[in-house]
Amino acid sequence: MSLIIYIAVMAGVTYLIRMIPFTFFRRKIKSRFFRSFLYYIPYAVLSAMTIPAIFYCTGNVITAATGTVVAVILAYFDLPLIVVALAASGTALITGFFV
Amino acid sequence: MKSQFVKGMSHGVPIMLGYLSVSFGFGIMAVKAGLPVSAAVLISALNLTSAGQAAGVTIIAAGGTIIEMILTQLTINIRYALMALSLSQKLDKSFKLPQRLAVSYGITDEIFAVASAQPEKLSPLYMAGLILVSFIGWVSGTFLGAAAGQLLPKSLTDAMGIVLYGMFIAIIIPPSRKSKKVLTVVVIAAGISILFRYLITAVSGGFAVIISAVAASAAGALLFPVNDGEEDEK
Repeated sequence: MSLIIYIAVMAGVTYLIRMIPFTFFRRKIKSRFFRSFLYYIPYAVLSAMTIPAIFYCTGNVITAATGTVVAVILAYFDLPLIVVALAASGTALITGFFV
Repeated sequence: MKSQFVKGMSHGVPIMLGYLSVSFGFGIMAVKAGLPVSAAVLISALNLTSAGQAAGVTIIAAGGTIIEMILTQLTINIRYALMALSLSQKLDKSFKLPQRLAVSYGITDEIFAVASAQPEKLSPLYMAGLILVSFIGWVSGTFLGAAAGQLLPKSLTDAMGIVLYGMFIAIIIPPSRKSKKVLTVVVIAAGISILFRYLITAVSGGFAVIISAVAASAAGALLFPVNDGEEDEK
């Protein structure tokens, strides 16, 4: 199979998934249930993507867990996204030197 | 109008930095799987998604079928359809067909999270700025990783694996602290996701995220329906 066909199929499917609902859904949603559902979706998706995957993302559960704890604490105090993200990574790196 | 574009670009900077490190990892992975640097960069430029690209490269390396490629991309990326639907409720009146066709290309987890956290309606220029800066981070990180990744120590590339998750945490925690409703939904989603990881392992990662998120959001919508206008306050 040619590489370019794989890449074209991959890109086409990914684009259509995003484009169809975004482009062809125009009305304001009336249903209170569905509006509530869409309000909660971002938090639910990010939560399900993060837990438990975050504990396996550095190749070592201990470095990942310490990075996670630091991220949760800094996020609790409303620090900017990039500060939280880089602090988590820095913590994982430093912890990695000791485990 | 121009300031909307600049505002979008500035909101894209943390995403760009996160993407630089994650796509760096993707670049390394793609080259290890036998792809040329140009193919890795092309994949990143066309797809702008992490999990789907990683799975796609695995299929290419294994010589998988096109059907497998389609089904895998559908499963892993179907969450974007929910995000697109959610964002479609938040667009200002200047969004016409061309703007929708263009902006839909850039709906990613992070861009969605930042855009849906905006207090006001979204304009095409704001979204263009946000997507452009994120795109630059994603594509240039892929190139750097593919071209030079193996030169970096493994300890550093390992630690970079947590950058995007750290950003997710920074998005989830503040609203969970302020709202018990959001906190409940977040905990339910995490709980179901844990069940899939350790007990119901036959379900693939992409489907597990979808089921967890849909179930938790449906529970939230049943238990704590939001009032008119409340969803605009976040």
